[in-house]
Amino acid sequence: MSDENTLSRRGLFLKLGIFFNGVVASALTVPIVGYVLSSIVRSRSSSYLSWVPLGQVKEFPEGETRLATFKNPNVMPTDGKTVDTACWVRRIEGNQFQVFAVNCAHLGCPVRWFPQSGLFMCPCHGGAYYQDGSRASGPPERGLFEYPFKVENGLIQIQAGELFTPGASASLQGKKSTCA
Amino acid sequence: MRLIGQIGQWFDKRLQLAAPIRAAVEHPIPRNTASWFYVFGSAALTVFLLQIVTGILLAMVYVPSGAEAWNSLQSLNHDVTFGWFIRALHGWGSNFMVAIVLIHMVQVFLFGAYKFPRELTWIVGVFLLLMTLGMAFSGQVLRFDQDAYWGLGIGASIASHVPFVGPAAVKIMLGGPIIAGATLSRFFALHVFVIPVSLVALVGLHLVMVLKLGINEWPMPGRLVRKSTYEAEYHELTRKDGAPFFPYAIWKDIFFAAFVLAAVAACAWYFGPFGPTGRPDPTIIQTAPRPDYFFLWMYALLSLLPPSLETPALLIGPVLVISALILLPFVSGEGEKSWRRRPIAVLTVLLTAVALGTLTHLSGFTPWSPHMNAWSGEPIPRQFLNGRTAVERTGALVFQEKQCRNCHSLGQAGGQRGPALDLVATRLTPDQLVRQVIQGGGNMPAYGKNLSPAETTALVAFLATLHPAGQLPAHNASHDLGIGQASRREKSAPSTHP
Repeated sequence: MSDENTLSRRGLFLKLGIFFNGVVASALTVPIVGYVLSSIVRSRSSSYLSWVPLGQVKEFPEGETRLATFKNPNVMPTDGKTVDTACWVRRIEGNQFQVFAVNCAHLGCPVRWFPQSGLFMCPCHGGAYYQDGSRASGPPERGLFEYPFKVENGLIQIQAGELFTPGASASLQGKKSTCA
Repeated sequence: MRLIGQIGQWFDKRLQLAAPIRAAVEHPIPRNTASWFYVFGSAALTVFLLQIVTGILLAMVYVPSGAEAWNSLQSLNHDVTFGWFIRALHGWGSNFMVAIVLIHMVQVFLFGAYKFPRELTWIVGVFLLLMTLGMAFSGQVLRFDQDAYWGLGIGASIASHVPFVGPAAVKIMLGGPIIAGATLSRFFALHVFVIPVSLVALVGLHLVMVLKLGINEWPMPGRLVRKSTYEAEYHELTRKDGAPFFPYAIWKDIFFAAFVLAAVAACAWYFGPFGPTGRPDPTIIQTAPRPDYFFLWMYALLSLLPPSLETPALLIGPVLVISALILLPFVSGEGEKSWRRRPIAVLTVLLTAVALGTLTHLSGFTPWSPHMNAWSGEPIPRQFLNGRTAVERTGALVFQEKQCRNCHSLGQAGGQRGPALDLVATRLTPDQLVRQVIQGGGNMPAYGKNLSPAETTALVAFLATLHPAGQLPAHNASHDLGIGQASRREKSAPSTHP
């Protein structure tokens, strides 16, 4: 009888011990998971995106497509040169612009503009786009990604801060480019 | 000597490890497995140990920061004594490790070693292969240069295709909204802590199972594996025709390990370290990023898949391949082991090898990519200009200026994205040429908006001369029959060959 009592006493402590560990572990789960998922949580609130100036409108001649660079709005001290970003600015006429991401809509390699043939060509897998960013040939399933832009006080600005990826285009970035 | 023996005994009295170690190294193995075919597993382990040592040495200098990584690689290459050599050892060790793991896997597959009771050894091996590839990819990222930067972009693009969680997976992979310092830091954590610790644990498990279950006997055609009798048969084999692993078989492993290490060192010494290529500066877009050797086949595949097949292939392909590898021992856990009586197994290996080899070979000259500088760097060969009219030569100029050369070759020079045009006039009539140039199609962009009518006329006039001297250009025979159109062909396809 006393043996059974001792056993159940130890058993109780064992179970209590496991229970306490469970409580502590689940309490720790919140900060750990929050830490790991922090990059998603922030993107939900769109705090990555902001308006970035590219330069004076007059720096971009009408009918031409030029490379422009800007600094990503979120900068960490350890980012180095990676926050410098390039984009292709096509000034159609007046304040009509198209600002394309350099990233190919196939797998993100940097596309190059060839004014003579009016094509963007990708060096990786052979994607090509017309001057308005629409798909011309190759593996991409869609045209080039476009940044939303606005012109204020003779300054062209784009809404930037996130890497364009083909899979995400259907949801967030697709909507953004249509309101441009 | 006696003193050493006494010290050894003092330790063993406390550690009590000598007996189990002796039992492990002297475990009996079937005599015919002391073969040169059985050395790849230990060779993979040897290179893994080399990677750990050289990796720790590199970590003493390398700075895992987006701002500093590239500079620290430069000082490893140029300032630190033998820094370049340690980097080269680690880089070449990585190539050798992937190669040896693959060879080991093929050997195990062809010798039927995955069958009962070694199914779990095989499955753990599949995960070891995946982790080895994970180490190779994350290692390329730590070489934080242009190729690493754009390679990450490609990885993110692939990850973004995953249904529902794709965009979130990209954010987790990059550690933020863009490829930046946080991305490098988390790949550093993966490459230095997460994957290596898992690798060590699984390698341990893999080895324990090899010791517990015994090394796979040399497969004899006709000697079938049956779950009910196999273990007794194997025991009988090691009892009747067995020998202790040490020293009977281990000398081959030791020799091969030394040979592999020497080969890695020789490659490292002769070829030097890999990169880094240009700074990871995304504003430098004059770059054609390429993956490391073992991912080149994937690079080719992603270029050649039709767009509609790409997402399914990217998402379902790896799941199918990994599932097939894991299910293999359950599907064929019994029966014939010898590759001499398993033609499908041999054909599978050959087909995979030929496919991977072909794709890797193709990625050496990337026929799917435009040659970005062909239009300005490759003049039209003289034989295509001799004796041509002024309009045709103007067309040749248009051909060059509009970058047609980037995708089309003439006289073996130029891009290979589109067909070579040396003989295009024998395939397309002038009318068809006009249509193709203006409307594009068949993977060619339409040039209608970028060519004036005069340019189109001149370009087609030039293209229509591209046929051998003795062969007439293509023409539409129905035009010959049409009333009043007999002379149309001569008009639109001037044949000015001497």
